[in-house]
Amino acid sequence: MYHELNDMIVADKLTKTFGDFTAVDAISFEVKKGEIFGFLGANGAGKSTAMRMLCGLLQPSSGSARVAGHDITRQSEKIKQTIGYMSQKFSLYEDLTVKENMRLYGGIYGMNLTAIKAKTASIASALHLQEELDTLVGSLPLGWKQKLAFSVAMFHSPPLVFLDEPTGGVDPVTRREFWELIYAAAHEGTTVFVTTHYMDEAEYCDRVCIMVDGKIQALDKPGALRQMYNTNSIEGVFLQLARTAKRMAD
Amino acid sequence: MLQQFRAFVKKEILHIWRDKRTLFILFGMPIVQITLFGFALTNEVKNASIAILDPAKDEMSAKLTSRISASRYFEVERVIVSPSQIDEAFRTGKIKMAVILPPRFSEELLHTNTATVQFITDASDPNVATTLVNYASSIIHDYQQEITQSQLPYTIHTETRMLYNPQLKGAFNFVPGVMAMILLLVCTMMTSISIVKEKETGTMEVLLASPLPPLLIIIAKAIPYLILSFVNIASILLLSVFVLELPIAGSLALLLAESILFTITALTLGLLISTITASQQVAMLISLVGMFLPTLMFSGFMFPIENMPLPLQIISNIIPAKWYYIIVKAVMIKGLNFSFIWKETLILTGMTLLLMALAVRKFKVRLD
Repeated sequence: MYHELNDMIVADKLTKTFGDFTAVDAISFEVKKGEIFGFLGANGAGKSTAMRMLCGLLQPSSGSARVAGHDITRQSEKIKQTIGYMSQKFSLYEDLTVKENMRLYGGIYGMNLTAIKAKTASIASALHLQEELDTLVGSLPLGWKQKLAFSVAMFHSPPLVFLDEPTGGVDPVTRREFWELIYAAAHEGTTVFVTTHYMDEAEYCDRVCIMVDGKIQALDKPGALRQMYNTNSIEGVFLQLARTAKRMAD
Repeated sequence: MLQQFRAFVKKEILHIWRDKRTLFILFGMPIVQITLFGFALTNEVKNASIAILDPAKDEMSAKLTSRISASRYFEVERVIVSPSQIDEAFRTGKIKMAVILPPRFSEELLHTNTATVQFITDASDPNVATTLVNYASSIIHDYQQEITQSQLPYTIHTETRMLYNPQLKGAFNFVPGVMAMILLLVCTMMTSISIVKEKETGTMEVLLASPLPPLLIIIAKAIPYLILSFVNIASILLLSVFVLELPIAGSLALLLAESILFTITALTLGLLISTITASQQVAMLISLVGMFLPTLMFSGFMFPIENMPLPLQIISNIIPAKWYYIIVKAVMIKGLNFSFIWKETLILTGMTLLLMALAVRKFKVRLD
């Protein structure tokens, strides 16, 4: 009944509690196909928990959600085949080479060797990594690693990709380049769900959702939000909302 | 599915292969241990302190005792005069063996053509005890040959008493013990570390968000270590057969099958440890303190379980390595077949299944 053809994600009163603590408090929203959807919030606001539920990594305590038409409680295996996921921590194997990492993830997602080779070549040329294919990932600079991690999350060309604070600890130039990759992916039709606590990055999203203390406090296009809260940046919006927060950052 | 599996196993093998230092330790350790233990235990015994009780003090007995004391294997610590002194000398650890001649050695030999010499040894170190008895017997045998040449055949019987450890338990027992230790180290410690490492670096989260079934992750992680263990078992057996000259008395197939069973036990233990720990250091510590030390102490390999206080004997029963050790000893050294070890095998299998059920239950399919 929630599922519409145009919606990639439909969440309905999605809730996660850990003991007495309500990490995510009955959030409801939709993400449209091909959209770049930004999930903003301070540390501990519940962004990552919400995202993990949508990826099928965590069971919701109550409420429901459908991702690409699949129910997150009962069809998490189907969801896992549909999505790409980039975790907060750097998640490539540092003791494997660039090529070996790609082979592994391609293999895990059931791609055949020809497809893996073609994709490896296209990523290498897009990231200018042709010379580094046989280099151990551990010896690459951080900026490259992050871009590579994104490309690996996108390796099996998923229609929907989840990025959990993908630009943490990365310099501004690399962040810029990283967002160009996200744009390119969105341009190809991929839906991008991205959490961040960099407010400037929110401006790059089609729509942003601001979470405070596990609840959604605002959800709209960046421009509309600025207007509504009468400031000239998303940071201004965020600060007005975050002032109401009671939860301590972790 | 098969392709996913292959890609994952290949990755695991690469992890192990890239870590040359660990690889070297894993392959080198069994060789070093077997060689060290082997040579520490099988080296010939020189200048062992012994006591001689010669109540006869006649010509023939004097010749015999001087032969023994002239040997480079023995050092006559004291010549004792009464049997009551023997006990005390053993208890204070001054002597390793006592040679006791009959009161009328020459007379017996000349009139009845036979005499009996008794050896009493401290068999708490069984290898040394048997070696000493062998040396002493051959000296007496030589002497007997010599005196037989001119006259009628004389026979000097030898009678041996192994003190403290009459069944000579402990000889070569270290080979099964080393096997148990190596398997535990390779499988339990390495598997737990390799899983916890993925948790630590965050790659586990990505794997769980992928369509890889968690069970497949576990099995794929276990396979390279299973192979590695097999190589280790093979190298230990080869060394013990060809270097230590300890033949495999029982069936090799049975021995290998039981070893695979124990390898699976060890892998399961590793998995269980990985589910309850979050850092590689903790995993290593639990593997060493929680698995390795009890194995060393309670498997019966270093310290005989029979000599332990009852509570410790009871505790030893929950150590899986104890049962594996009993099985390997039975098959490899005593040459027994399956009908003698089915009970131990059943216990080990039961333990493994129990641990496996526990580990799979605890292995977090989801991150909560």
